[in-house]
Amino acid sequence: MEHHGESQGHHKSYLEGGGIGSWLTTLDHKRIGVMYLAATMLFFAVGGIFALLVRLELLKSGPLFSPDVYNKFFTFHGAIMVFMFIIPIIPAALGNFFLPIMIGAKDVAFPRLNLASYYVFIGGALLAFLAIFFGGVDTGWTFYTPYSIRSATSVILVTMGVFVMGFSSIMTGLNFIVTIHKLRAPGMTFHRMPLFLWAIYATAIIQVLATPVIGITTLLLVMERVLGIGFFDPKLGGDPILFQHFFWFYSHPAVYIMILPGMGIVSEVITVFSRKHIFGYKAIAYSSLAIAFISFLVWGHHMFVSGQSAWANFLFSILTMLVAIPTAIKIFNWTATLYKGSIHLQTPMLYALSFIFLFTIGGLTGLFLAALSVDVSLHDTYFVVAHFHYVMMGGTVMGLLAGLHYWWPKMFGRMYPEIWGKISWAFVFLGFNVTFLPQFWLGKMGMPRRYHDYGPEFATWNMVSSVGSWLIGVGFLMMFIYFLWSLKRGEKASSNPWNGKTLEWQLSSPPTTHNFDHVPTITEGPYQYGVLR
Amino acid sequence: MTQHVVAEHFESAEQAFEASKLGLWLFLVTEILLFGGLFVLYIVFRGLYPELFHEASHHLNRTLGALNTVVLICSSFTMALAVSRVQHNDSKKAAGLLLFTFLCGLTFMIVKYCEYTHKIHEGLLPGVHFSFTEMAHPKAPLFFSLYFMMTGLHGLHVLVGMGLIAWVLIRTRRGDFSSQYFTPVELTGIYWHLVDLIWIYLFPLLYLIG
Repeated sequence: MEHHGESQGHHKSYLEGGGIGSWLTTLDHKRIGVMYLAATMLFFAVGGIFALLVRLELLKSGPLFSPDVYNKFFTFHGAIMVFMFIIPIIPAALGNFFLPIMIGAKDVAFPRLNLASYYVFIGGALLAFLAIFFGGVDTGWTFYTPYSIRSATSVILVTMGVFVMGFSSIMTGLNFIVTIHKLRAPGMTFHRMPLFLWAIYATAIIQVLATPVIGITTLLLVMERVLGIGFFDPKLGGDPILFQHFFWFYSHPAVYIMILPGMGIVSEVITVFSRKHIFGYKAIAYSSLAIAFISFLVWGHHMFVSGQSAWANFLFSILTMLVAIPTAIKIFNWTATLYKGSIHLQTPMLYALSFIFLFTIGGLTGLFLAALSVDVSLHDTYFVVAHFHYVMMGGTVMGLLAGLHYWWPKMFGRMYPEIWGKISWAFVFLGFNVTFLPQFWLGKMGMPRRYHDYGPEFATWNMVSSVGSWLIGVGFLMMFIYFLWSLKRGEKASSNPWNGKTLEWQLSSPPTTHNFDHVPTITEGPYQYGVLR
Repeated sequence: MTQHVVAEHFESAEQAFEASKLGLWLFLVTEILLFGGLFVLYIVFRGLYPELFHEASHHLNRTLGALNTVVLICSSFTMALAVSRVQHNDSKKAAGLLLFTFLCGLTFMIVKYCEYTHKIHEGLLPGVHFSFTEMAHPKAPLFFSLYFMMTGLHGLHVLVGMGLIAWVLIRTRRGDFSSQYFTPVELTGIYWHLVDLIWIYLFPLLYLIG
């Protein structure tokens, strides 16, 4: 790859200069990315505390908190993790930071819109958090009607928060699509883009096309409570299943907003830590678009037992199984990339491999749930909870952690401590499996989700699961500490500690404010390993 | 006339214009999906209660609805002319046309205000607030929920559009735009056409089906 951006010694890094004010008003995509990272990680910690509280209640049968309090705990856990952490974090934090750099641009297409998206996000989050002080919410993160119309808790605040955060998600997605279409450096064709960007691009399409629907849904729910419009209220002639259709028309594609960027990161990390060109570049790239496309056609699989027609069930079941195809294409190509690669097992790679392992379990159990007859028995049991967490935490969060460790040296110019990275990985990986694997058995045994208590037959596995949650907690605590520690004390990072081939590794660590002194010209694909030069 | 400076992360004014335009089209897609939710509700409930929609549309004022349709179509025409005038360096005429477009928007809102006042007076209100006695259909409130949600959200868009038109009007009079740089006028124009287009669907679906 030809480049002219090396002589940057006298330039200031994007981290230097200016006080807090210059950060808060910055238009630099890297600083905005870092601010997103800080905010979403904070929300992750809060959501994590709620998760620990949920598991604490379920440690033993018999109430520790009151049932109402428990309902609020799992609602906050779900709503915070979904809307404030897992949807925004990879695109808005890592995507913001690396997308312009990876296509050889100075910034995203609309820097002011980018900053606005950040404040809109924070505003929406604060609105939702306000609910904590006004009685909380107990509907679950899905806000199903008619209960969400009648619940005496602060449903309006939280749904308005979701509505506002939706705008932020749309702004980010729109910005990324335009940036990728219009700001690629000379020679950076679509087929020379790193796979992370293909994933971010597919994600952005979903953000733009699906988010407005949750916008109108939450708006209607608020109107339902304020004006009693009755669309979703059977008492007034409305239809609660219609709400489920509206909700899942966004929220199912949204799970691909969550997973696709994680898959993108894994594509980067697997190839770099195998020091080998990715296997099946185009297949991985287009499978991201295929997943984005199919994601819009499967929402009905959340309503197999809600009273949907048998034909609709049948169709949604088949369509849902189709998702397995592009997903399997990715898994097989990653595995093939590993084959005969020179594998380096540093922390990012450990997380990327964990992704492949855990996400495969999550994906395959998804097929159980897509099968109609099996779903009737497993619906609303802990099997669903386990499946979801294997996909979201075993998938997205592992991908995120791979990316965070992989790009940390580039973002902050410091290495994280490798040994602590591995210890913390061991806690997270083991803890994760100890927590969620038993939930598959619990679900199979028939334990329903969202109950604050359970019968004696479920006691053993629930205790195991709760102990697992503490292991995860310890792992993350370590990680938070060593990441913060490394900001000041970590070993200084070279510009390319992993021998990466994509554009960001040709910049200094951390990059300068303007990324490139001269616009780079790209002459070859992103993963040129094994080429003598 | 002030020279417009291209933001430094763009290579050229052309690239900046193309980017802004693509961004706006994507935004319009999100608008269509936002309204799409309401149109889906319309389809569902009209499918369930066709006779209700038939009856209820007689309680909307067709004359005022038609008047507003004409007003908005006119405004779209003058908006398009304004964009063309700016592209031909004729800021003076453009400003006049933008002012006319703005006044059309205002007329639309005033007519809408009269319609709303009348409906509120008669008790033709959404959902639980419905108190009109001359409609027998038990699901009558649902239609008016739809009417107010759809026209209300549309009205909000008209207001936003008026704000944007006022903003480009001020900037046009200040001489910010020329054949070299007219992005905000063009984008406002495209947005305004969408607002117009949505009304063109709302009018027959709500007023004319009876």
